[in-house]
Amino acid sequence: MKVGYGKLMMWIFLLSDTFTFSALLISYGLVRFSYPSFQDLNPGVLLKDFTFSQEWWPTPEAVFEAVPFLHGISLPLVFVGIMTFILIFSSVTMVLAVEAGHRMDKADVEKWMLWTILGGVTFLGSQAWEWNHFIHGTPEGSMIDGVQFFGANLVHNQYGPTAFADFFFFITGFHGTHVLSGVVLNVLVFYNTANGVYEKRGHYDMIEKVGLYWHFVDLVWVFVFTFFYLV
Amino acid sequence: MAEIVYDKNGNAKPQTKALWRVFWILLGITAVEFVIAFTISSDTGFGKWLKISLFIILTFVKSFYIVGTFMHLKDEVKSLIWTIILPIIFVVWFIAALVYFEGSHIGEVR
Repeated sequence: MKVGYGKLMMWIFLLSDTFTFSALLISYGLVRFSYPSFQDLNPGVLLKDFTFSQEWWPTPEAVFEAVPFLHGISLPLVFVGIMTFILIFSSVTMVLAVEAGHRMDKADVEKWMLWTILGGVTFLGSQAWEWNHFIHGTPEGSMIDGVQFFGANLVHNQYGPTAFADFFFFITGFHGTHVLSGVVLNVLVFYNTANGVYEKRGHYDMIEKVGLYWHFVDLVWVFVFTFFYLV
Repeated sequence: MAEIVYDKNGNAKPQTKALWRVFWILLGITAVEFVIAFTISSDTGFGKWLKISLFIILTFVKSFYIVGTFMHLKDEVKSLIWTIILPIIFVVWFIAALVYFEGSHIGEVR
């Protein structure tokens, strides 16, 4: 096989990571499917009149509708849309860094790596904001066992069954951890590039290997976005 | 990755056209997903499953672009491509078979 050892092993690792994320998303789908939907329990009522309840699984448009600086305005899925854009953008800057590495253009690699790191950090900040909002909840809250409850933790959440918040924390958290390690790796290869390590070595293969990981993080987000936020 | 092309002064030219094209395709597909999310109503069973199928198809289209071009798997040697694709095909087959034959069982055990 005419493939470098490091690159082959990165691919194998990403394959195993695919299985982990598949398992998480499959269990999300199974548990969600096992709960009644809003319309199963309220036949004839339209989804625009959706309300939160512990009895049925929430629709994502109703949960994820907050945007920073626009308090109290319902903008369903807009913020996750922005996060998706940020991650796709940082993916293209990463592949541009890889391309610059093929041309041995040190300055270009540095420039695109910086953009990629900026995108990764912005995504992590957005996710932190989203978690913060999810945990603190909306001013209305929900009645749980006769008590007004706001936001979410691992035991109760105002949006729906306990499992909903658990899956949210676990799946987006696991993805966020991957983004965090991706940013650390990106900073590392940027540091090495700036110090001329790869120029001395004669190739920029490290950028390519770290790039594979970074694109994988983007790929996972595409699936999380579909199965957690859209479906 | 395409062959490196040099200009008159011997400097390598950036070849980024195909990469930006994929960026715009990914962005376009995501925009289409948003349009679908807000135009097709989930109030009927048909609309709901139509939406879900479209989302899954578009997600796979996006992942082909990311894996094929950004991770440039399509330019790799055949054996690497199959090393990655074959296990994924088995997993998808496994999921599809389980959902089809056992999917409704969860409703009976809860």
